[in-house]
Amino acid sequence: MKDYIEMWKELDLDLSAHDELLKVLSGFYQDIYLSQQDRPKGMGYFDFVMSEIHGLRVKELVEAKKQGQKVFGTFCVFVPEELIWAVDGICVGLCAGAEAGKEEAERVLPRTLCPLIKSFMGFKIARLCPFIEVSDLIIGETTCDGKKKTFEILSSFKPTYVMEIPQMKKQNDFNLLKEEVLKLKDEIEKTSNKKITEENLSDAIRLINKRRKALQRLNKLRQKNPFVISGKDALLVNQISFYDDPVRFTEKVNILCDELEDKIDKKQVQDKARILISGCPMAVPNWKIPHIVESSNAVIVDEESCIGERNTRELVDESGTTFEEMIENIVKRYMKIDCACFTPNEERIENIVSLAKKYNVDGVIHYTLQYCDPYLIEAYRVEKALEKESIPVLRIETDYSLEDTEQLKTRIEAFVEMLR
Amino acid sequence: MKTLGIDIGSRTVKAVLLKDKKVLSSFTTLNTYDFANIIKRILDELECDKVLATGYGRYLAKRDFDIDVVTEIKAFAVGVHHLEPRARTILDIGGQDTKVISLNERGDVIKFEMNDKCAAGTGRFLEIMAQAMGYKIEELGAEALKAQKKDLQISSMCTVFAESEVISLMARGEKKENIAHAVHKAIVTRVISMLKRVGIREYLVFSGGVAKNPCIRSLLEKELEISVHIPYDPQLIGAYGAAVLAGGIL
Repeated sequence: MKDYIEMWKELDLDLSAHDELLKVLSGFYQDIYLSQQDRPKGMGYFDFVMSEIHGLRVKELVEAKKQGQKVFGTFCVFVPEELIWAVDGICVGLCAGAEAGKEEAERVLPRTLCPLIKSFMGFKIARLCPFIEVSDLIIGETTCDGKKKTFEILSSFKPTYVMEIPQMKKQNDFNLLKEEVLKLKDEIEKTSNKKITEENLSDAIRLINKRRKALQRLNKLRQKNPFVISGKDALLVNQISFYDDPVRFTEKVNILCDELEDKIDKKQVQDKARILISGCPMAVPNWKIPHIVESSNAVIVDEESCIGERNTRELVDESGTTFEEMIENIVKRYMKIDCACFTPNEERIENIVSLAKKYNVDGVIHYTLQYCDPYLIEAYRVEKALEKESIPVLRIETDYSLEDTEQLKTRIEAFVEMLR
Repeated sequence: MKTLGIDIGSRTVKAVLLKDKKVLSSFTTLNTYDFANIIKRILDELECDKVLATGYGRYLAKRDFDIDVVTEIKAFAVGVHHLEPRARTILDIGGQDTKVISLNERGDVIKFEMNDKCAAGTGRFLEIMAQAMGYKIEELGAEALKAQKKDLQISSMCTVFAESEVISLMARGEKKENIAHAVHKAIVTRVISMLKRVGIREYLVFSGGVAKNPCIRSLLEKELEISVHIPYDPQLIGAYGAAVLAGGIL
């Protein structure tokens, strides 16, 4: 860690508070991840990435910037990252999953606001996140009120560009997203001083598709019983996909998958409940619910969330040859995202039911972050749709604090007992 | 065979000792937060062949005494089903949480709801309100039933805010029993919405320490227009269920 202190100083982090954060994170990681039995060897790479999350990866970004590459920070799977990779830029996810900097965040934001938003704002104001600091441009979006109003405040700390996301899926909404994608393209070209061409865009589409395919492959493998990988580990790999270099990451995921394929059918079938998590994303290090679930005789076989299926399910059609066709294919792919910010949003409800059936789950845990109105409200219809299919549902609403761990344990354990 | 169930709740610790399905003895004590000592005393006094722990503090029993554990949801379901196989809905209001459990004819849990972090509308809430009005917790319900004026409202369910509402009503010169009635009404309104989320199917059993409060029961029956059945000792149901499960006599 000593090697990075100069770098962190240059990035103007609050060194002592940052030190504290890394200490807590590392203890947390030990308890939740490293203590697991029989982990695949291939997870070693991801453990390494996590141990170096604010170190080596940030150093790579700093070096890349010296070579003229630009870093773009995003908060949503709606930002078409293909455009960023096309100009040889680097895209990093900035969603945060810890309470660090909460007091700082509450100086500028209401207390009753989504913990994810408070978290990234807290990380920025308390100077705890090297990824925000290293970003040349933050690309926000208008998925929810909390985010769009917070970006107004964030922009006084960091250059922030906000793209508009439609709220419905009619023809004019497609047109809107297309216009927004083209405007974002201009912005990215301006920041990077490079042009997006048919050639580099086509390469970027293939690059990110490859990463999505590797994650789809992993998701298939986590379904196998006897379980070859824990749900927690699979979630971690998905979380890291937002930070890591896509070429290296894809290769490492495929190596992990090769190992998992060899492990199949070598053990007794395990008597554990199969759980699908649906709802809000779980950003690093928000492992509270997965840890409780997997300590309760259950395995999480899928996350329907943005850090999960929603990010990997759809590929961009690679058959486009002209610039126009490629943009059209990107827009089509991104319009399939079934975030709760849309209305109507039947696709999401249908998708959850179909995932539950496809993965043969015993129950669904609908997870929502506190004050996240779109997901909290949609939970009602999700629950009704699942009940109609006789699939048990447990609704959980929580934040990043650990105070409710015991109550959550009781509810989750009782849910798993109910499924057995 | 003698089996023991220990329910380590947030306010009290309960234990039930069974011999061949019959209750041999039981035990209730206020939680002193010295769990280990309480559990040790129970284990010393109530000798048994098998033991199972439930409740909020169950993992302490596992950690310190290597006792198997089960959630209170399951323990209540089993306890109630054994006492009353007709039961389809359980309302349990304990020291710090409220649960509604829906059962099928075999006594399996098919759905449940539980309050989260906040202790609003639980036993602890009643204790604090009783304290604010100078009542003992045991007499609070009976006093509330004496209320003449039944339209007073406590609008806040946050314990701290509700307490200040109670104090301002007292400062306005409202009679204590009328205020006590309003406090009970506030809890019942909240509980009914939880019951409705799970779905109310008769026969309804009301358990937990708060089931000892006659005003809550009476308001529930009035609002729901169904009978609310209370077991002989509603506070012991979790420990009883755990004792039944410990014996594997399901």
